Amino acid sequence: MKTYDLVIIGGGSAGLAAALEAKKEGVDNLIILEKEPYLGGILQQCIHNGFGLVQFKEQLSGPEYAQRYIDLVNENHIPYLLETMVYEITKDKEIYYTNKQDGVCCIKARAIIMATGCIERTAGAIQLEGARVSGIMTAGLAQKYMNIEGYMVGKKVFILGSGDIGLIMARRCMLEGAKVLGVAEIMPYSNGLNRNIVQCLNDFDIPLYLSHTVKKVVGKDRVEKIIIAKVDDKMNYIPGSEKEFDCDTLILSVGLIPYNPLLEKLNIALNPKTKGVNVNQDYESEFEGIFSCGNSLHVHDLVDYVSKEATLAAKGAVKYLKNNKQEEKVYKTVAGRGINYVLPQQFSYQKDSKIDFKFRVSKPFKACSIVIKNNDSVVRIIKKLYLLPAEMEIISLDMNAITNPSDLVFEIKEDF
Amino acid sequence: MTYDVIIIGAGVVGASIARELAKYKIKVAVLEKDNDVGNETSNANSAIIHSGYDPECGSLKAKLNVLGNAMFDTLCKELDVKFKRIGSITLALDDNDVKTLKELQIRATKNGVETSILSREELLKIEPHISNNVKAGLLANTAGIIDPFNFCVHLMENAVDNGVELYLNTKVVKIVKENDTFIINDKFKAKMVINCAGLFSDEINEMINPKSFEIIPRKGEYLVLDHFDDDFVKHTLFLVPSIKGKGVLISPTSSNNYLIGPSAEVCLKDDKDTDKMTIEQIKKTAMLMVDNIPFNQVIHTFAGIRPTPANHDFIIEEIKTKNFINVAGIESPGFVSSPAIAKMVVEDFIINRYHYELKKDFNPYVRPYLHINELPFEKRKEIVDRNKDYGEIICKCEKVSKGEIIDCLNRSVPPHSIKALKKRLRVGFGKCQGGMCQSYALHILANYYHKDINEIPYDSLDSYILLDELKGAKD
Ligand SMILES: Cc1cc2nc3c(=O)[nH]c(=O)nc-3n(C[C@H](O)[C@H](O)[C@H](O)COP(=O)(O)OP(=O)(O)OC[C@H]3O[C@@H](n4cnc5c(N)ncnc54)[C@H](O)[C@@H]3O)c2cc1C
Ligand SMILES: Cc1cc2nc3c(=O)[nH]c(=O)nc-3n(C[C@H](O)[C@H](O)[C@H](O)COP(=O)(O)OP(=O)(O)OC[C@H]3O[C@@H](n4cnc5c(N)ncnc54)[C@H](O)[C@@H]3O)c2cc1C
Repeated sequence: MKTYDLVIIGGGSAGLAAALEAKKEGVDNLIILEKEPYLGGILQQCIHNGFGLVQFKEQLSGPEYAQRYIDLVNENHIPYLLETMVYEITKDKEIYYTNKQDGVCCIKARAIIMATGCIERTAGAIQLEGARVSGIMTAGLAQKYMNIEGYMVGKKVFILGSGDIGLIMARRCMLEGAKVLGVAEIMPYSNGLNRNIVQCLNDFDIPLYLSHTVKKVVGKDRVEKIIIAKVDDKMNYIPGSEKEFDCDTLILSVGLIPYNPLLEKLNIALNPKTKGVNVNQDYESEFEGIFSCGNSLHVHDLVDYVSKEATLAAKGAVKYLKNNKQEEKVYKTVAGRGINYVLPQQFSYQKDSKIDFKFRVSKPFKACSIVIKNNDSVVRIIKKLYLLPAEMEIISLDMNAITNPSDLVFEIKEDF
Repeated sequence: MTYDVIIIGAGVVGASIARELAKYKIKVAVLEKDNDVGNETSNANSAIIHSGYDPECGSLKAKLNVLGNAMFDTLCKELDVKFKRIGSITLALDDNDVKTLKELQIRATKNGVETSILSREELLKIEPHISNNVKAGLLANTAGIIDPFNFCVHLMENAVDNGVELYLNTKVVKIVKENDTFIINDKFKAKMVINCAGLFSDEINEMINPKSFEIIPRKGEYLVLDHFDDDFVKHTLFLVPSIKGKGVLISPTSSNNYLIGPSAEVCLKDDKDTDKMTIEQIKKTAMLMVDNIPFNQVIHTFAGIRPTPANHDFIIEEIKTKNFINVAGIESPGFVSSPAIAKMVVEDFIINRYHYELKKDFNPYVRPYLHINELPFEKRKEIVDRNKDYGEIICKCEKVSKGEIIDCLNRSVPPHSIKALKKRLRVGFGKCQGGMCQSYALHILANYYHKDINEIPYDSLDSYILLDELKGAKD
């Protein structure tokens, strides 16, 4: 059985950045396994601009951003296999994959980085009401059909959910000559980045119906009509608030879920909030030598942060491979009031180090403070004009600021 | 186009009769309005091979259910369909229910079904997740679960392999009888017609007979959970029939998912809508049986429609027009009864009357299906080394290879739509519901049929997925 020092599962932006960093740190015996016929992952279908502002200080399209990493992977002779699906991994880090060149194979890894991305929530998952007809599709699939396959998906489109992909697809459909009748969002606020609301909806006069959802899909063979309704704060329909739209397509942008079937089969506990594994500051999971990053760890809104996170996971893997791990006391992070989750979920205290803590708020806040507490003493307070669930926050915490290490609690205080 | 027998409808009943007739030297055609077989009621039900303790003693339902149940082991071996006798347990929640259990057991014995009553303690040993409410249960070991989609498809595949002709997208709109010959849609001629049109069997009957029965459509909605834990529920769990339950069950499925439902509401014949209120009601009822159901694992909701006859028993009869046989009102337990219904119809109305001979070369077996993901590593390797298409996984969630899809396309009842492919191989039936693989599936179908991907429908011919190519897309 062939053994690798490091196997990276998934060749999206996370996998590519992780591979490059590991190579830079001297890991030569590594490989990337990617199930699609191309590297770059989801970026390859995001032909809009808006990638790379943090990493490259310029506006790139998704494929351009991916290409920069793919070129580096090629220049550095990092091996990868395409159309290669990993279908099982074991706790001993045996990896089973299948493709049409090699058939089925089993390889062994000393360390694994999981970078398998995310999938979209579906009509079934949100228990969409009404008819099950053609013309209901997730935004990512619609995006793939338009941008990779080159086909139009509908003439009169309605969009459920204000996630970023839905907003981007609203603009894309308009530009290709379809009519986008509106976007309904069940929450009283949008789940997309503000810049996308402005550039994709406002600039095209597409109405955004907040606190609204699709109450019923009507159609025989294909979507013919949808009925939306307003909901109250308990998510019950408000009678009389229904509006009907004649349309042939309903695009769903109702959330992304980290895709971890390989880990689920190992009975690894997934975090109920992130739907990814729990990790420490090296992005190592509860299984030694198995690391996770990118959208399979938690859903990111900006690819630049995916690349950065993958770099950290690779550093963690290198440290593990070099056996530089010392037994250290482990502390937890706790998502307090107003916080949905904090990552990493565990950390060890090392003097003179910095840890990037990432979190999302559970609802929008205005004029507030992020409070980080430790043993009931406040470690840090950061004032914010606003905080939105759609935008991941990152706080870099200098460990020297902590005198008496213990669990860290993150919470939001509203200022009056 | 002249046949000895024409069957209207390719649901489980029509397909069972077609396969039974394929054993004889008879020229048979099946006319089906949809773009696939088993696309109406047989496509959306609980898929429980009921033991037969429940139907009223002496009814056709009771007799055919028990006879049908016993036929499934052989049938599923011949037809290569997933079937497991996991047993069913009917749960009692209070003392009244416990009394009912005892009555049900008496009925079971009369129907010829072996059962046992288990105490709460005994139940906990085999179903540890049952709720605190549960007092006792009636266990019937002969009950089973089946893959309903492939049962219909493989029945018809085997029938076609043995000479039956299948016409899809052929809706019967007109039947006349001239002398002794039926003429259907001015095109198909037959000596005998068997009406297996399910929900629409009353309308078909009235094309040639005076109205003699009515089908009342009653909808049942369901939730499907992903395969999250092999040990969650191991039997089919029902509630004692009472106002509380209204027939909701929790059951593993043949594909290791979990099914919860159905509801029961009178509806229109084409109303397969699901709605939040009903789904919430089903969840509440299910929670009476089992604790901590992970409703966050729901991947799909759907509805099926029962073709309920007003008199609540199966209608298997020749009414006025000779040689026109109604097989109608086949509501639950119609699936489990279908092989016995087929035997009864074929023997009573056709063979006993016309004494057709058995074919010597009838082959009861379908060409075996290969499920690459279920094979051990070495076996899998051997197959992929021979045919690389089995190495290319198309559906990532359910791990279905291109080789399996191509094999399916080269059979006698091949899929023409995304839904037909999903029914046969579970492509797009998993967690992502086709988000990752639908475009690949379209390409394989289009390639096979020499079509463009925008010509492949989701289900019916009118259910297009893609419109035109974008300008400049292929440059
Ligand atoms: C539609 C959309 C629009 C976006 N817009 C922006 C934007 O404007 N600006 C911005 O900065 N960010 C944007 N993002 C966010 C950013 O692009 C993503 O978060 C980032 O690309 C995710 O990278 P990843 O590597 O974690 O996941 P992915 O890119 O999804 O990569 C995961 C890879 O793993 C592979 N894989 C999965 N399972 C297996 C397996 N079993 N075996 C082998 N391979 C496997 C997959 O095929 C895939 O290639 C957008 C994201 C989406 C989805
Ligand atoms: C909610 C629910 C749960 C159930 N649970 C179970 C269970 O657990 N166990 C069990 O044994 N049974 C169960 N059943 C019952 C079982 O599903 C049915 O008895 C069985 O599927 C009926 O088969 P059929 O062939 O008569 O009808 P169908 O499957 O409806 O087939 C009729 C066919 O006729 C075609 N057709 C109709 N009109 C025309 C026309 N004009 N021209 C051409 N073709 C036409 C239709 O397209 C269809 O394919 C359940 C039913 C429901 C609704």
